[in-house]
Amino acid sequence: MVQPTDSPILSVENLRVDFATFAGPVHAIRDVSFTLNKGETLAIVGESGSGKSVTVRSIMGLLANNARIVAGRIMFQDADILKNTKRQLNALRGNDIAMIFQDPMTSLDPTMPIGKQVAEPLRLHTSISEKKALAEAVRVLQLVGIQDAAERLKDYPHQFSGGQRQRIVIAMAIITQPQILLADEPTTALDVTIQAQIIHLLKEIQATTGTSIIFITHDLGVVAGIADRVAVMYAGKIVEYGMVDEIFYNPQHPYTWGLLEAMPTLTTSADRLYTIPGTPPDLLAPPPGDAFAPRNPFAMQIDLAEQPPFFPVSPTHAAATWLLHPAAPQVTLPPEIARRRQIWAARFAH
Amino acid sequence: MIKYVLKRLGYLVLTLFIVATFTFFLMKLLPGTPFNNPKIAPDQIAVLRKQYGLDLPVWQQYLNYMVGVVHGRFGESYQFTGQSVSYLISTRIGPSLQLGVQAMLIGTLLGILLGAVAAMRKNSWVDATATIFAIIGRSIPNFVIAALLQFWLAYKLHWFPIALWTGFSSSILPTLALAMAPLANTARFMRTEMVDVLNSDYIEVARAKGNSQWQLVARHALRNSMIPVVTIIGPMAVDLMLGSLVVENVFAIPGIGQQFVQSITTNDYPVIMGLTMLYSAMLTGVILIVDILYGIIDPRIRLSGEVNA
Ligand SMILES: Nc1ncnc2c1ncn2[C@@H]1O[C@H](COP(=O)(O)OP(=O)(O)OP(=O)(O)O)[C@@H](O)[C@H]1O
Ligand SMILES: [Mg+2]
Repeated sequence: MVQPTDSPILSVENLRVDFATFAGPVHAIRDVSFTLNKGETLAIVGESGSGKSVTVRSIMGLLANNARIVAGRIMFQDADILKNTKRQLNALRGNDIAMIFQDPMTSLDPTMPIGKQVAEPLRLHTSISEKKALAEAVRVLQLVGIQDAAERLKDYPHQFSGGQRQRIVIAMAIITQPQILLADEPTTALDVTIQAQIIHLLKEIQATTGTSIIFITHDLGVVAGIADRVAVMYAGKIVEYGMVDEIFYNPQHPYTWGLLEAMPTLTTSADRLYTIPGTPPDLLAPPPGDAFAPRNPFAMQIDLAEQPPFFPVSPTHAAATWLLHPAAPQVTLPPEIARRRQIWAARFAH
Repeated sequence: MIKYVLKRLGYLVLTLFIVATFTFFLMKLLPGTPFNNPKIAPDQIAVLRKQYGLDLPVWQQYLNYMVGVVHGRFGESYQFTGQSVSYLISTRIGPSLQLGVQAMLIGTLLGILLGAVAAMRKNSWVDATATIFAIIGRSIPNFVIAALLQFWLAYKLHWFPIALWTGFSSSILPTLALAMAPLANTARFMRTEMVDVLNSDYIEVARAKGNSQWQLVARHALRNSMIPVVTIIGPMAVDLMLGSLVVENVFAIPGIGQQFVQSITTNDYPVIMGLTMLYSAMLTGVILIVDILYGIIDPRIRLSGEVNA
């Protein structure tokens, strides 16, 4: 069993990404910094459009043509990935850093047998023979739970179910034993039981290989089962980060509160599901203050005017909200959040 | 698979039967007769009509013809006395097949290449040039292209024979003239399809695996983009056959296209019938080949007719 460590394997520093559009530049990523430690799973959560995909795509160099990296560095193995040449980038992709995408139904080439697809990263990054690569493909396919992998190498994607296809996609990503796995909503397109199986599989792989994972989701419910740490994104910024328990039981940013309240629990039925009222800001012209302020029932004057800095809550936990400023008034927490804080407090009482 | 091909061959026979019937009666409705040479005396014409069975009632002529066809006899040419239609066609099919196959291969292969490059360099000057080329190729009729090629490359520059069939070197210009339309069509189709494919998720995944741009295209994009291109091979074959009627005449190629036009002007019914059926057979054959190709390129399509979800 490999344990997560505190030594960073990847660090994103002050990243800013714009997209050129007819209406002007869309400021999709606005000064994002975080680190990924060896062997850990970092979950990035946030509503649709908050910039989760753009963040991991920047790491892979897979941004759309109209993207422009305005500022920042992405450090991996003592070098800035953003400065890589195309050739260096190709050598990195699928080898040191691999990615798993959202939709398993469209992630596989419909005209290539799956064995060849799974073996492809090995063929691209090593000088291994086709035969050996296919043997290795059988091994990883068995590892991810494809039955009779050896007999199914010549089968095509359409002969597998959605859950099986996502397993194949994962096999394809781990065959080179990458140091980092970027998983962009790998379970969103799957039904709940399959979701749980895939997450279990990712944890298992991590436990044996020690790979670091960035797991993107907009579903906090999934996060509890997989993440060691969580970063919450809103409108192109990280607004709070911390250990998974710190985010779940001692959340500080009103946006994190909103996400937690929107999480379905055993006692809330789906039709009474709470969603955060309002919509995210227009990233063509992001507001000067806390971007969440217009939707924040606890917003103060300063929230509208000035961007809050990160206030540390613990050595591993910080949130960018003026509510943590010493001069800020105490607010009455929403009941769900108060309940969670009580659980948190009870933990330290013993 | 074998069952499937047999079934399709059955359809081919049925198609030929229907085509033969239609053509036969249509020709009976045409004005003019095969013996309109003013030098032939009326009593000679009567003899000829009797000799070829044209004095019988139409239904009897039809029956006689069809019985002959079933036995592999397609009658004798009126124009070339004593020559059977089968023999006439056999002496003329060679050059036409050569031109057709060459034009099809060059057209589709270059078209695929051109379309692929245009898609990879979307909105660049390469793309623009390819688009203009495709528009020209599709909008200029092939007899104009044929005439232009003939004038400049053969007549002015003497690079090729003008209108003389001496084998391969004389096939180059007509092949080019014929290949232009399939080339342009394939290129246009390929470009559209490849632009789509290059935007698809599995290409993104392949890129994330570390494939370079060229590897992406060679390993994943080409094959997937070619699937719809296969569908236009059938219609392109029709175009080629029609085109050959004109182009063979321009370059004086002793092929079936030229013969067809000649036979129509002389009302040589048996030859027209034979060639019409040959064209239909070739076309149905092309469509059969296309379907088989489809199954090879796209694993989701199974020729056995099994339903794959
Ligand atoms: N090619 C592009 N051109 C213009 N804007 C873009 C482009 N790609 C992304 N954006 C914008 O960047 C912002 C962040 O998008 P991103 O895809 O990262 O969101 P996300 O958090 O992954 O959301 P989701 O949960 O829907 O996947 C969005 O506002 C989006 O509209
Ligand atoms: Mg996304």
